[in-house]
Amino acid sequence: MSRLWRASPLTYGALVVATFLSIFPIWWMFVVASRSSDAMGQLPPPVTPGGNLGANISRLFANTDAYFLAGLINSAIVATTVTVSVVLFSTLAGFAFAKLRFRGRNAMLMVIIATMMVPTQLGVIPLYLLMTKLNLNDRLPAVILPALVTGFGVFMMRQYAGQAISDELIEAARVDGCHTARIYWNVVLPALRPAAAVLGLLTFMTTWNDFLWPYAVLNDPENPTVQLSLRALSDGYYQDMSQVFTGTAIATVPLLLVFVLFGRQIIGGIMEGAVKA
Amino acid sequence: MSVQLDARPPVAAVPPVRPDRTIRLSRIDTKWSPYLYIAPFFLLFAIFGAYPLAYTLWVSLHDWDLLGSNPAFVGAENYTRLLADPDFWHSVVNTLGIFVISTVPQLLAALWLANMLNRQLRARTGWRMAVLVPNVTSTAAVAIVFGVLFGREFGMINWLLDLVGLDGVDWKSNRVASWVAISTMVDWRWTGYNALIFLAAMQAIPRDLYESAAIDGANRARQFWSITVPLLRPTIIFAVIISTIGGLQLFTEPRLFHSGTNAIRGGPMRESQTVTMYMFENAFAPYYNFGYGSAVAWLLFLLIAVVAAVNVLIIRRLGGGAGKGDPR
Repeated sequence: MSRLWRASPLTYGALVVATFLSIFPIWWMFVVASRSSDAMGQLPPPVTPGGNLGANISRLFANTDAYFLAGLINSAIVATTVTVSVVLFSTLAGFAFAKLRFRGRNAMLMVIIATMMVPTQLGVIPLYLLMTKLNLNDRLPAVILPALVTGFGVFMMRQYAGQAISDELIEAARVDGCHTARIYWNVVLPALRPAAAVLGLLTFMTTWNDFLWPYAVLNDPENPTVQLSLRALSDGYYQDMSQVFTGTAIATVPLLLVFVLFGRQIIGGIMEGAVKA
Repeated sequence: MSVQLDARPPVAAVPPVRPDRTIRLSRIDTKWSPYLYIAPFFLLFAIFGAYPLAYTLWVSLHDWDLLGSNPAFVGAENYTRLLADPDFWHSVVNTLGIFVISTVPQLLAALWLANMLNRQLRARTGWRMAVLVPNVTSTAAVAIVFGVLFGREFGMINWLLDLVGLDGVDWKSNRVASWVAISTMVDWRWTGYNALIFLAAMQAIPRDLYESAAIDGANRARQFWSITVPLLRPTIIFAVIISTIGGLQLFTEPRLFHSGTNAIRGGPMRESQTVTMYMFENAFAPYYNFGYGSAVAWLLFLLIAVVAAVNVLIIRRLGGGAGKGDPR
């Protein structure tokens, strides 16, 4: 390989700085979460963990402004439901667009790509009116329903199915007498598994993070998502920062856990998607 | 024989030999099941994506409040009022300011970072994960943490400034300073992500291009600006469009950078209220002025379209200029 591409010590130095900047705010979040509330007023600011995490957690869960436990449970319900739905509908549609022939296929695919460019967040007002009419305000289905499908998911699965599944394989399954649904279940879904997993992880993280729409439609403080609990904590009249940071840390842990376990796949998914886009 | 079940033209032209029930069923299957598979997406997107967006226009033409039993049609009144509303224009300037301050350094830093990640590195995946980790944290959590880091009295940033002999900045009530602080958290989150996108595109550039450039005497920097950047142009345009759509709708970061009852205004004097925050302030609690809020949404939609188009033009122009020095 050409020596043009060797990394100099300077490269490593710069990468170490970049890594430090990436990780420090997260690290510091855990530091404050593990200390007593007067850590906030200390200069120089503390940068090593203290021993107060347990006490902070129990105070957080007892805080009647935040309903933090309810928020965690709700977020888990919402993110799981949405993830299953997005993966199911995206693999179905992605399979159809990549491997089945039907009238209007290309035009409909263009529509799907266009939906990825549309700022749907700007539709929150009619969405709110719609949920009021359906009597779903302040309830979880109001958060779940609009997130059940994404154009991004369909497009991603279509791209992957196009290269991962050969036409011969589908042909052979047809010769064996498989109807299309069976082909999807027995041939396509197993072949799509790696990409579907990445889509699932990305969807879970996005949904867990979602803020604007839940903020608009869930106005009952006793029934928040975890991000809304954080807002309640942060906007509270009396701010106990170690408690707020304990909340932000707990809300971040599931995401970090997913990332530590599947980071390699997530990076692969982002980079593959970029080349095709 | 069952090859005939394939609906592709050459085969389908052959008349069926045995049109029994199974074959007819599978014909129906191949013809109609694709629509069944794509239907959920279109159905759900139509109800919860397209319809609300289009209906926003209808709502914006009415005086529509929470009761909403019989909203009065007011034509363009919401729009004329909005165009004369200083708070709206204030939020437009804020949004554009934050967008420019965040996007330009972010994309440059991402290019630079990608260029480093594109070398032969030990622990490749480790570095990539390190730059991506900000992107997988909770946006709300990060906004709260940065809000404290940028605190006036005990924030770490002001403490560092003090260490090097500079005056502390009031990050929350100085308008431009609050833009900088919010841009910092946007960049913290997205620089690594964009770096990976650029890295993917860089890896597709054939290496012999660089080798022949090196033989011609072009140094690293020259190679970067004359080969890498022009060839990355489609990817850069893609990143700019995505950043525009996301950046102009910025909400969570500025909203949670501030705290307290008036945080939706982005500070006491609306220092960092974005357009989406202004829409939210009008459309939801406590005002529930749906008509006015919808007008804000549509003008923001227009703004996004215009800025995206302008950005693409600028990048084309810049990239075209650099491309002339392309040593191929």
